[in-house]
Amino acid sequence: MLEILSLPFMQRALLAALLTGLLAPTIGTYVVQRRLSLLGDGLGHVAIAGVGLAFITAQSPLPVAVVVCVLGAVLIEALRQHGQTSGDVGLAILFYGGLATGVLLSGAAGAGTGTLSQYLFGSLTTVTTEDLVGILILGTVVMVPAIGLAPQLFAVCHDEEFARVTGLPVRFYNYLIVVLAALTVALSMRTVGLLLVSALMVVPVAAAQHLVRGFTATMAAAMAIGVVAAVGGAVGSYGLDLAPGALIVIVSIVVFAISWPVGTLLRRGRTMADHEHAEH
Amino acid sequence: MPVTDPAPPLAADDLHVRLGGSPILRGVGLSVGAGESVALLGGNGSGKSTLLRACLGLVPIQSGTVELFGTPLARFRQWRSIGYVPQHSTGTLRGATVAEVVGSGRMALRTPFVPAGPRHRAAVDRALRRVDLQQRRHDEISTLSGGQQQRALIARALVSEPDLLVLDEPTAGVDLHHQGELADTLAGLLDDGRALLVVLHEIGPLAPLIQRTVRLRDGLVVDPGTGPDESDPACHEPDIGDSGGVFGLPADTLAHPEAGRGRDGGSRA
Repeated sequence: MLEILSLPFMQRALLAALLTGLLAPTIGTYVVQRRLSLLGDGLGHVAIAGVGLAFITAQSPLPVAVVVCVLGAVLIEALRQHGQTSGDVGLAILFYGGLATGVLLSGAAGAGTGTLSQYLFGSLTTVTTEDLVGILILGTVVMVPAIGLAPQLFAVCHDEEFARVTGLPVRFYNYLIVVLAALTVALSMRTVGLLLVSALMVVPVAAAQHLVRGFTATMAAAMAIGVVAAVGGAVGSYGLDLAPGALIVIVSIVVFAISWPVGTLLRRGRTMADHEHAEH
Repeated sequence: MPVTDPAPPLAADDLHVRLGGSPILRGVGLSVGAGESVALLGGNGSGKSTLLRACLGLVPIQSGTVELFGTPLARFRQWRSIGYVPQHSTGTLRGATVAEVVGSGRMALRTPFVPAGPRHRAAVDRALRRVDLQQRRHDEISTLSGGQQQRALIARALVSEPDLLVLDEPTAGVDLHHQGELADTLAGLLDDGRALLVVLHEIGPLAPLIQRTVRLRDGLVVDPGTGPDESDPACHEPDIGDSGGVFGLPADTLAHPEAGRGRDGGSRA
């Protein structure tokens, strides 16, 4: 088993999986708290247009996807802040427009859906060193504010109106969250792929919420679950010869399924202990 | 230069606010002096919540001025001086512990990228103790009863040690027993010299706390005896005498006219 760690492509794959498994749930915690669980999906579809654009202009896909994704995120947030659509119609147009544009452009570039599917479903085993450097840089750019500004971002996600009365620049933080989500989605396209990245953002958080209490604990647990799912899925895909991106998502869903009964048991244990300190 | 009179926590004048195309406030003034407790009363649709939210910058103002602690609203930065308790928490009351929710009230004092230190934890502890919730600090907020959640929101508003506490309909849907407990909690907070502005549907068990009432109807300040007083948009006149009869409360529960005038008279245009 350990011999797989000596294979360079596997080392890169595991590192990319680790980073994605760490980052996606971190931003996912904010996204879920804000009830924007479909944001990752929408941004994933927008990024597909970016990949198509990269093909047709013969650019490297990651930077173009990042730019298109960030622009899409800013547009989604601007629409939300001006009261147009809380999601539904606007997001739907971006979703399907993004996917269709991506398919159209990549077909026009002669790349076809085969090449595109690397980005739709991930292609962990073909991660290059260049990809890895890009993921590391973007990952740092995302993690620093995601952790460093956690108290502020939590306040905005938890109660936006109250946060305004504490003087927080709420509009800026709202844009920051969607931009961080956009960067996370773009950097995940080689690991789990653009169609599945939303799962890695949301499912570990949902599982964590069953198991622990509070925002900070949820984020920490979600990060741990994300890493376990991503690395476990990557290793498992090598051993079982299965698509890595899909297996990572399946593993995280299995963890979620297990967390449900485990969480209920934990909660029952806590409630019984709390009855000792009952009041009112 | 020595300051003889501290700037009043709130001075709003001639506010006009439209929401969804309809005029909600049609020239309303409101003031709260240092250490003063003011109740903003009115029926549904009177505009009282909108007035409160406009004074906090949550709702755009078409015309009129708002000054917080002497500074125009647009330039105001001392948000730690204001503690706001919204009516229903506008946020999702889930996914956070009580301590985390209360801690989010201290954002005006936190620096980005600087982690919470002992001072933050001590302030959260103090606020939780004021509302008797310290033993629930690590519990998920969604597991608290409605009354406990409200106390948590009050603690959230208190944690920055504000000079003005603003509550939007804290008694809405709360039974009389809990309203009495709320009155006790607030009474303790006012002993610290805090100013209080509370929007209420009716004054109820909070009456002993309130020094002055302002009543709104249809977006204008009302003088209970004579109907809307459109020539005096800034209502500094406290309700006196007859209104005691309207509420069934003794007249001395409400501000003494001389004292009220002395505090506000001549200081605001």
